[in-house]
Amino acid sequence: MSAIEEVGSQAPAVEAVPKRAMTLSSGTAFVVVLLLLVVPLFVKNFIIFQMTMLLIYGLAVLALNILTGGSGQFSLGQSAFYAVGAYTSAILMEQYNINYALTLPVAGVVCFGFGFLFGQPALRLSGVYLALATFALATAMPQILKLGFFEHWTGGVQGLVVTKPDAPFGLPMSQDMWLYYFTLAITIAIYIFSVNLLRSRSGRAFMAIRDNEIAASAMGIDVATYKTLAFGVSAGITGVAGGLGAIAVQFVAPDSYTIVLAISLFLGMVVGGVGWLPGSFIGAAFIIFVPNIAEGISKGLSGAVFGVLLFLIIFLVPHGARQVAMVAQQLLSKVRKT
Amino acid sequence: MELFTNQVLAGIATGAIYACMALAVVMIYQAIDHLNFAQGEMAMFSTFVSWQLMQWGVPYWGAFVLTLAFSFAGGIVIERVLFKPLAKAPILTQVAGFIALFSIINSCAGLIWDFTIKQYPTPFGSTPFLGSQLISTHQAGMIGITVLLLIGLYVFFQYTRIGLAMRAAASVPESARLVGINTSWMIALGWGMAAAIGSIAGMLIAPVVFLEPNMMGGVLIYGFAAAVLGGLTSPFGAVLGGFLVGIFENLAGTYIPHVGNEMKLPIALALIITVLVVKPAGLFGRNIVKRV
Repeated sequence: MSAIEEVGSQAPAVEAVPKRAMTLSSGTAFVVVLLLLVVPLFVKNFIIFQMTMLLIYGLAVLALNILTGGSGQFSLGQSAFYAVGAYTSAILMEQYNINYALTLPVAGVVCFGFGFLFGQPALRLSGVYLALATFALATAMPQILKLGFFEHWTGGVQGLVVTKPDAPFGLPMSQDMWLYYFTLAITIAIYIFSVNLLRSRSGRAFMAIRDNEIAASAMGIDVATYKTLAFGVSAGITGVAGGLGAIAVQFVAPDSYTIVLAISLFLGMVVGGVGWLPGSFIGAAFIIFVPNIAEGISKGLSGAVFGVLLFLIIFLVPHGARQVAMVAQQLLSKVRKT
Repeated sequence: MELFTNQVLAGIATGAIYACMALAVVMIYQAIDHLNFAQGEMAMFSTFVSWQLMQWGVPYWGAFVLTLAFSFAGGIVIERVLFKPLAKAPILTQVAGFIALFSIINSCAGLIWDFTIKQYPTPFGSTPFLGSQLISTHQAGMIGITVLLLIGLYVFFQYTRIGLAMRAAASVPESARLVGINTSWMIALGWGMAAAIGSIAGMLIAPVVFLEPNMMGGVLIYGFAAAVLGGLTSPFGAVLGGFLVGIFENLAGTYIPHVGNEMKLPIALALIITVLVVKPAGLFGRNIVKRV
């Protein structure tokens, strides 16, 4: 038995987002960066720490966005790449005394390789099947990290404690603030890289595959290469985020990187708007702050409050923060015309 | 050799749980075309309802039937209230909706019935079945009910008008609408049936894993895996997939060294992925030919 599915007439699994709509205008971007630079000077250390985590999760959501919003592949396994990045950084720093800044590129490269390799068998799968495969990776990762065989490096169930770096050159700022600016610099660099990647030949290939795989291959796009490349890039960025996360939290343990993290990152992507890169950071804010807000509203029913808030968001704006941004943009241009 | 047969038998017994859940997963996949992550929690909630009814003095089978009706209605209500408005939303947004539903049901059940583990009665008794130490009468009964359910569903989908209409609505919604099928209500009906089957699975599983709000977490993952292994378009494949996953999980735990309880799941999943890489539509799934 075989059924024929009309790919052309059906809506693709991931909506097509035009290239231009993926980024912010330069004016808005300037204001956002300025705010990110100035705000930490006026707030408490704990809030600076939360802002650092927001940037880190934002990077991880951004990576997922490149994979799903860019190339149309679904992944529930991002927590595994995040874990590999975190452990790479932690092990290099603690066991081999390598400078924290140097461990991040290593984490990125290791995860790129890992993602690229994982992308190979994943090529045969799509949709729910790919979701299950990546899900398996996410559930397996904490168990693999706990294995006695790796315990010498990973510290087993107990994990590793990571020392927080001091500000260099005798700069008069707290460790938290230094780490924030360090993370911000890396985030901006990766963001610019991602925007340019999606505008490049490879980015166009990703989007062609997302919109219609068969048509893309008919146009001469090497589907296998670009799909695995998307997996590699996404894993690499997630790995850097994981490394930063390990440094910021000062601790890595297998149970911090369970499937719950992967699901959070997925929710962050949906709330921020699939395929809209700036939305990644709004989504990250959602996954960091909303569980706390829910806890604040009702301790016993925090899960229910969280669910209701999530439902409210997807009812009001099914396309996430991207939809809000679009409406705001239209309003602005109307105001300017009159 | 005896160890092997025993492990296979034990695998079939646990496999029955997965088969039940996989059947519910496939049902909803037939109706709405994606996996419902909240399915396990819906089943858990139904099981709690039946437990509550029994606490109030309703006999087992009475509670069973009432719970079926409650779940069927509940499934339809959830579809009408929460997911029908989202029908036009992107698929990933709907998946986020499933996760939200998961969170709501889990949290509410925790508040109403708290997180302590509860005993759940079985209608079949738990004496050894046919003298075997590994399969109890309850597990045998569970396998029996799963098989009955499968036959019932097969008859329903193949030989009744409404079953045909549901299949049509799921596979080609536009054409189904043109021939006068109310596709929107077919989806609601699919939700109701999936919820009812899920509640049967929950009530059968509860005596084995005990009743608590997180009882379905592990089971649902295996259920998904079994459904995907067997092919999401085939209820028969899902049941067989359930038994295979159960058997394989047990054998891996016995014969591969250093495999504790914790590594069982990743190994079972790894096997499934290997199968999927060779047969991307699952063992019994239909191959879908795509064209531009």
